Amino acid sequence: MTTVETVTGTEKTMVLNMGPQHPSTHGVLRIVLELDGETVVKAVPDLGYLHTGIEKSCEDKTYSQVITLTDRMDYLNPLGNNLAYCLAVEKLLGLEVPRRAQYIRVMMVELQRISSHLVWLGTHAIDLGAMSVFLYCFREREEILKIFEMFSGQRMMTSYIRIGGMALDPPPGWRQAVQKVLDMMPSRVDEYEELLTQNPIWIRRTKDIGYISPEDAIALSMTGPTLRAAGVPYDNRKVFPYSSYEEFKFDVPTRTESDCYARYLVRVAEIRESLKIVKQAMEKITDEGPINAEAPGIIPPQREKMKTEMEALIYHFKIFTEGFSPPPGEAFVAVESPRGELGCFVASDGSPKPLRVHFRAPSFINLQALPKLVQGQLIADVIACIGTIDIVLGEVDR
Amino acid sequence: MGLEIVTEPSGQKTSVVAESFRSWKQEAVAEVIEFRGETTIVVPREFLRVAAEYCRADAKLQFNLLSDATCVDRYPVEPRFELNYHLVSIPRRDRVRLQVKLTGADPIVDSLVPVWPGANWLEREIFDLFGIRFNGHPDLRRILLPEDWEGYPLRRDFPVPGFRDVPDTGDVFKKSRIL
Repeated sequence: MTTVETVTGTEKTMVLNMGPQHPSTHGVLRIVLELDGETVVKAVPDLGYLHTGIEKSCEDKTYSQVITLTDRMDYLNPLGNNLAYCLAVEKLLGLEVPRRAQYIRVMMVELQRISSHLVWLGTHAIDLGAMSVFLYCFREREEILKIFEMFSGQRMMTSYIRIGGMALDPPPGWRQAVQKVLDMMPSRVDEYEELLTQNPIWIRRTKDIGYISPEDAIALSMTGPTLRAAGVPYDNRKVFPYSSYEEFKFDVPTRTESDCYARYLVRVAEIRESLKIVKQAMEKITDEGPINAEAPGIIPPQREKMKTEMEALIYHFKIFTEGFSPPPGEAFVAVESPRGELGCFVASDGSPKPLRVHFRAPSFINLQALPKLVQGQLIADVIACIGTIDIVLGEVDR
Repeated sequence: MGLEIVTEPSGQKTSVVAESFRSWKQEAVAEVIEFRGETTIVVPREFLRVAAEYCRADAKLQFNLLSDATCVDRYPVEPRFELNYHLVSIPRRDRVRLQVKLTGADPIVDSLVPVWPGANWLEREIFDLFGIRFNGHPDLRRILLPEDWEGYPLRRDFPVPGFRDVPDTGDVFKKSRIL
């Protein structure tokens, strides 16, 4: 149990324990609050309730097996986690992924970003008392999850992005399914904005709440929409393009107010930008073409080849019994997850199992700024501030 | 194995960092590693904080964002710990990795919280999982594990299934089984 030293002594203030089962903490996060009346004097987050030791488990898995663990880390962004890990291993291997697979990856990750932002918007709104937005957001998210199910057979833990390419070719009829979402979403986003953007209650609950200056945000290593709402246009897709993002036209929405309302506007604008990227990616994806790199010892061979070619059979056997061994070295890759910079650090010692896999979890690092955001605010604003950072406890605790 | 090797960038941009480091303080650079287009600057332990401060404040480098801090345990090789700090320069669009090697007998290093307040939780995580101590850290407590946890689970000599605390079952579950 974390005990907290109060700032002013026990005479004037009281200590309130928020969580770990508070509904607005979106998981199991405990925050110890020191209150002067209704005003927060000090906040101390206490984490680790969901720690599952994913980074330790990676030591005992082969490189391909780790992918399934990454799904379970940030469970609103499994494809983004897959991508970060696969890019890191591919960098370690020096593997070039075919263009077609890169476009499919971009499209899937952007759909994932939309669905993650929808969950964020819905839960954030329900925390602040707007029930109906939640229902609408989850209605649209369901359509996106159906696309994931169509592509990979799974709604959430897709493991669709693999080292060197993709697990499967896009299924027949995928264009219509994606087009349906593209046609539907813009008007639906307008609908959410109609419900919230000019809503006086929403504005009073979010405007001028949870301010952080851009200098403080950078010093506290914040990334993602929270940093962009402070006016710093730092987006990995633009600054350090990966997976062919340099070929896509999109804007990085920024605001300068740096309060909860600005972060809301940035995320809603990001949904619209993601739709643009999905549309471009869909046009770029050809109907025919490779989805995997040419790397026989790393990519499992096709089923038909295994029945006719001795080599394919041997590779198949080796990949699934022993795995493959990247050269000794280290690689760090950062991608833009819906929450910020998601980094993956992989160190290899030349054996088939990674020496160390580490994830730079954006929720974990952004959460660090929470005490700064809530200081001097009312206790009801703590809920708005937690929501606005957009944490996923599975990723915070890993 | 038929791998296509990605052509590595000429290192024009990254060598700037190494060069300006060398011209600033020759003894602060133990080694410069270039691998897959990433620059790693190995810094002796006593220079870590000044080197970090230099990276952040120097007008030519401007590494203003501490992206990540993590540790690798190379047990049983000594020095077994490698601390990696990943720095980003938002204005210059560049990345660099500072690395410090620490021995198992004396895993203590200066904290970077005075340079980047964002190092706070990252260093607490490393302390929690690797048992590395940070000099001058304002709040060095366990962060992910319970406070009464024994041992440092991400060290390589900590078995992946953990130490099984069960009654004597013969040779099946030995308390200090090392995989």
